[in-house]
Formats: sequence, C-alpha cells, structure tokens
Amino acid sequence: MKIVAVTSCPTGIAHTYMAAESLEKAATEAGHEIHVETQGAAGAEPFTPQQLADADVAIFAADVEVRGRERFAHLPQVSAGVKRAINDPTGLLAEATEAAKTRGAKQQVVASAIPRVGPGTRLRQWLMTGVSYMIPFVAAGGILIALGFLFGGDDVVTKLYGGTLHGVEYKSVAGNLPLGADFDAIIRQAGYAGLLFAFGKVAFFMLAPILSGFIAFAMADRQGLVPGIVGGLLASVVGAGFLGGVVSGLAAGALVLAIGKVKVPRGMAGVMPVVIVPLLTTIAIGLLMVVVVGKPIKHVTDSMTSGLNGLTGTNAVLLGALLGLMMAFDMGGPVNKVAYTFGVASLSAGNLDVMAAVMAAGMTPPIAMALATVVRPKLFTDAERKAGEAGWLLGASFITEGAIPFAAADPLRVIPSLMAGSAVTGALSMAFKATSRAPHGGIFVVGLVGKPVLYILAIVIGVLVSAATVVALKTAGRRVITLPADAAPVPASTPVATV
Amino acid sequence: MSDLITVDFVDLELEAPDRASGTRDLAQRLAKGGRVTDLDGFMADIAAREQQMATGLEGGIGIPHCRSEHVTEPTLGFGRSSTGIDFGAPDGPAHLIFLIAAPAGGGSEHMTILAKLARKLVHQSFKDALRDASTPQDVVSLINTEVLGQ
Repeated sequence: MKIVAVTSCPTGIAHTYMAAESLEKAATEAGHEIHVETQGAAGAEPFTPQQLADADVAIFAADVEVRGRERFAHLPQVSAGVKRAINDPTGLLAEATEAAKTRGAKQQVVASAIPRVGPGTRLRQWLMTGVSYMIPFVAAGGILIALGFLFGGDDVVTKLYGGTLHGVEYKSVAGNLPLGADFDAIIRQAGYAGLLFAFGKVAFFMLAPILSGFIAFAMADRQGLVPGIVGGLLASVVGAGFLGGVVSGLAAGALVLAIGKVKVPRGMAGVMPVVIVPLLTTIAIGLLMVVVVGKPIKHVTDSMTSGLNGLTGTNAVLLGALLGLMMAFDMGGPVNKVAYTFGVASLSAGNLDVMAAVMAAGMTPPIAMALATVVRPKLFTDAERKAGEAGWLLGASFITEGAIPFAAADPLRVIPSLMAGSAVTGALSMAFKATSRAPHGGIFVVGLVGKPVLYILAIVIGVLVSAATVVALKTAGRRVITLPADAAPVPASTPVATV
Repeated sequence: MSDLITVDFVDLELEAPDRASGTRDLAQRLAKGGRVTDLDGFMADIAAREQQMATGLEGGIGIPHCRSEHVTEPTLGFGRSSTGIDFGAPDGPAHLIFLIAAPAGGGSEHMTILAKLARKLVHQSFKDALRDASTPQDVVSLINTEVLGQ
C-alpha cells in the first residue's frame, strides 16, 4: 500500500518527528511505501504531485491543523492525535489499510486526475482557501459597522465622513479607513459608535489582502503570502475591491510557482525563499496592482460616472435596473462605488428615488445568499454556511460586502445571480416610486423611506430571484465540482476514521 | 553551534517527586551551562507546553520541551530515574527524561538537529542503550553518534 502521512504537534520540535519516524518504521516493516510530511519547526518537504497521485490513503497524525488538507481530498483519510502514531503506529496503519479497502478501488476519476486535475477544480480550491480565511473579516467587519449604526444611528456616517447635521458642520475625519483616519477626532466627533464603525471599516480594508494572501498561500504555500498580502493591500488602496484581491492573489501564487521552477545554483538556493522570491514577486505584483490594475480602474470608473450622468432623466425603471446590476457586480468594489456615489449625488440633487433603488439593490445580495444557504445547504461549504448566517444582518444593514465570500468562491455563478436579483430590486424600487432620504443604514433607516412596504417588497422579490438563480446555477454545475476537504463535506464515498 | 548535549546536562540519578521538580533539576543544569538565561521564565514555557498535552509517552519516556525566548541554543538535558517520574503517560511513570530546549526564533537549520534527535527517540535500541549507559560520557557519546553521526 502507498501511504502519505502528515504529522504535526503544537511545538513542532519533538512529537512531529517522533510520529514521522514511528510511522515510517512501522510502515516499512509491514512492506508499505510511505511518505511523511513533517509540518514542524524544521520545515516541511511538501509531497510531490506524483506521491499524492500514487497514494492509496492519507494518515493525519496531528494535534494542530494540517496545512494544505485539500491536497488529500481524493484519498480516504485516517486522523489521530500525534501520540497515537508514536505509541501505536501499527494500529494506525491497520486502520488506514481498512479505510483504503472499505473505500474499495481508488476513486479512479479523481485520484488519477491529480497531476492533471481540472483547472476549474484547482482554481475553485485556491479561491475557497482564500475565502475561508476572509469570512471572519466579513462577519466581524459587517457586524461592527451594524453596531455603529445601532448605537450611533444613521448620523454616525456624517460625523465620520463630514457633512452638515442639524445645522452643525462636521469635518471628514475618517479618511479612507484605515488610511488617513484621525482616531482622536473620530472619538471626539462620533464617539464610540463611530469607533466601532471605524473598526468595521478597517476589517473591510483587510478583505482583499486576506483573500489575496491566502489564495496565494493555497497555491504556493508560505512564499505566496508576502506578494499576495501586499498585492491585496494595494488592491484595497487603489480601490480595486475583492475582484482586485482575487487577481493579485492568483497572480502572486502563479508567479511564485513559476519562479520555483527555475533552477538556481546551490549557493543561491538558500537565499531564494527568504530574500529573492519575496522581493521579486512583491515588486512584480506591486507593479501589476498599481500600474496595470489601479490606473485603468480610475479611467473606467470616471467614464462610468459620466455615462450614468448622461442617463439622468431617461427611463427611471431602466436606470434602477442598471444601478442594481452595478451594485451587485463587485459589492464594494469600483463599479459598486460608482453606482453608490451616483445615488448619493442624486440624493443631494433631490432625487430621493435613485438613492432608494441603490440602497435596496445593495441590500439584496447578502440576504439572497443567506437564504440560498438555508434552502439548499448542501450546495455550500461549511464556511459559506457560516457566512450565510451573518448575511441576514449584513444585508439588512445595507452592507453589500456580506455576499463577497460567495462571489469570490464561485464568481461565475454567484455574481450573475446577484446582479439579476439586484437589477429586479432596483427596477421595482423605481417603478414603485419608493424614496430614501438616508444614503446608508438599510433597515435601520426604514423610517426615512417613502413607501416602505413596497420598498421592502422590491427587496424581497430581488432576494427570491437571486436565491433561485444561484441555487439553479449551482445545482447545474455541481456534478463537475470537487470540493476541497477542509471546506466541504467529504464525499459520501470517502470514509473518514477519526480516532 | 555548540554541542547539543554535554556531560553537565546529564543526570543518571534523577530523583524527583513530580515532573515539575524533575524538569527543574535538569533545567538548572542547562541554566548553569548558559543555555537557559532565565530559569523561571523557561520553566513557565515548559509548563505552558505541558498544559497543552502531557509529554509522557508509552514505554517510560518523558519529553518536556518548549521553544522559549530564554533558550540560547538547541539543547538536550537527559535524566534517568530508577523510581520513575510521572509525565502523564497512560502506562506509568517515565524512567528516561529528555528535556528539549529550543530557542524561540530558531531557523530551520537549528531545528533540524532536534528533529533528528526526536526521530531517534522512537527506536528501542537507542532507548535501551541509554538505559544501560554507565557514565554521563557514555550518554553524550551515544547521542553524538546516533544523532549527529559523529
């Protein structure tokens, strides 16, 4: 039998290696072929694709999380504490043999496909890794912002970003949080509610860096982190949104992998991982984000803004639909910002209906995804279902970012679905002639909405459209998707023995 | 890099009522040898690690260990106890105690030597040889041969 095993322990200096030795010894004595990845302080030699493809079973002897678990999705798995592998390697191997047998012949389709696993599957696994690390930031950031509204009311935004409130003039003190924020002034002007709001914004600033960093990490391990995170931060700074983060993460991971293929002289090999690779890849990804991605974004958003301004006064329902499409396209990214800014500008010009359509269309996506995870939980990973739980509140608070985890994990199915529902909501809100005097706050400012019942009806219909579309698209695409093991329910045919 | 172990870090008659004092006796030797800069701080790190999961292993082995800021270099302290000291293993007290001290920021080259040592610990012949060693010098030579190949 061919075995791959991962050992790891809290300190990473003793048990990890004892377990590895113990398993190797027992396996060799029993005539098995084994490769052990020791995820300890001395660094791990990762499995080659060939070793993974040839393996019959994976053993995890670990007291801390196994890194890169998704690599073993195609294998039956046996998990145990690290001590078990030291004290009873033979028993553990017997269990592994049993697990391999019970599962019968290797899952030919997937297992043999490892070296040439479908690019779509690989891509989805990378994206999912990034998303699973990003989700807590979405939830925490969104809830902090909602708490800011709850304690500070809708005024909190004016006090942070400047404007006039009850005849009092407020200076903008928040900058583009965390960039240029004056925290003393935030506390003075907006109090602790403002501070909660600001913390939420800081967490949101980290969405692209975390997403990007961990996509790159999934692709290229630790070496991917620096270019991935720096690239993601730049995506946030240039306003490229989460899609910018996806781009920088994938580019960073691919670049590190490509550099890894270059043969270097022995003397250089030592400095490659700590100096050369991070340096070169960070420069390259930095240039990519600033020059190739950042500059055009400015042009595109400028031209979209003037395009929208040209539409003023045309068919209101069509304008609502268009704004809806834009709000749901990148959820806090540049296109969304253009639509939102247009809504706020219309509001100051006295067009309260445009603001209402924009806000309603921005509330739809997270609620629709939350609904979809409840109606068809099987279509979503554990991490996504958790993100769904927060989606209700985030959507109701007009925090469109709540849908980002879903969009980043499966953009081609999720983004069009969300755009469809938001377009319907935006169009209906305009058709119903609903109005909003508040530019933010979602359900918390429903008192400032004209025709609130029809307004909510518009949101509900859009939610139903998006949820139904996303469920339909995901159901249709399900057969060809293999989910990573750490984020997904293990396929029914893979027995997992937990000891 | 200095030696992983010297005769000063070996106690062939380590007797202590419990794992904390047994470990402390060995740690004192490391402190005297300049490998541990702050005994109390080091003991706190050891205790924190022990808290996560007892380090006793079946077959009479205890491996108190930690990565600590108070450690200058990867170092091994070895104690042998005829009465045994409880390290939380299910099958009884430990007779061979390995105190593994690793510096907190040690790079992977530093850690490789400890990884090699850990791998040796699962070999019965290595443990038997340590049980039979008659002088601290025997222990040091044995470990140097087996772990460092010297």
